Amino acid sequence: MDWMKIVSALALLMFIAFLFPRARDMMKNSPKGTSSDWMSFAIPIVVIILFIMLLIKLV
Amino acid sequence: MNRNISTVAQRAPSALATNKVLRNTYMLLSMTLLFSGLTAAISIFLQMPPMTYLISVIGGMVIAMFVLPRFANSPAGIGIVFLVTGMLGFGLGPILSMYASLPNGGNIITLALGGTGVIFLGLSAYVLTTRKDFSFLGGFLMVGFLLVLLAAVANIFLAIPAMSLMISAVVIMIMSGFILHDTSRIIHGGETNYVLATIGLYLTIFNIFISLLQILGIMGGDD
Repeated sequence: MDWMKIVSALALLMFIAFLFPRARDMMKNSPKGTSSDWMSFAIPIVVIILFIMLLIKLV
Repeated sequence: MNRNISTVAQRAPSALATNKVLRNTYMLLSMTLLFSGLTAAISIFLQMPPMTYLISVIGGMVIAMFVLPRFANSPAGIGIVFLVTGMLGFGLGPILSMYASLPNGGNIITLALGGTGVIFLGLSAYVLTTRKDFSFLGGFLMVGFLLVLLAAVANIFLAIPAMSLMISAVVIMIMSGFILHDTSRIIHGGETNYVLATIGLYLTIFNIFISLLQILGIMGGDD
């Protein structure tokens, strides 16, 4: 239904407008991560990607 | 020596407070997840129409963004968390009914549910055992989330299945990052309100579940 698409899009746009100032603040105030910090984030993400691929195989 | 003793004495209550926030968060989270399951079952039983999902999500998010923060420090906050999670669970009913009607729908729902649990528990265990500080992820995750929301708005009208798949995959990555970030904030004392911590973690779990359902639904439909 078209009205559902329009309502969904408007709701998402309002959500984006609500989150934008918070995102800007977090960008300014978040501490900078070292390469070791980013690696500690990348490792579990790679594991999750592999896990999702396993789930897809199981469907 | 005296300095060391006073440092230990100061840290002990702080660690206790952090553990209390963590324990309360996980307790409230588990109760809200069970409550969501119950409202989802009621919604399936009542055979609610598809628009229920849209109305529930918009209503739940409006309450979570504008009402909950005002009551987060009072007992009413717990009631509002149950209201939001109950609404989101109720909205899941028509989605679950739609997937259940697919030839391998039961398998897809079970795998999405189990997969979400494994991802959440695995990432939580990773943060709790390593005790790493993931506060550096905050800005990156928020900007990534805004970009993926913009892509989702575009795809509402474009309706490209490959783009849906990509958006769902990126949402899972971003929500996984938020689990690391939020859990690390709790254990490092950055989040002291278990009501807000619970709703944050609940929304990450909800988004991972919906995205996994979509990925498994699209990929499982090839057979």
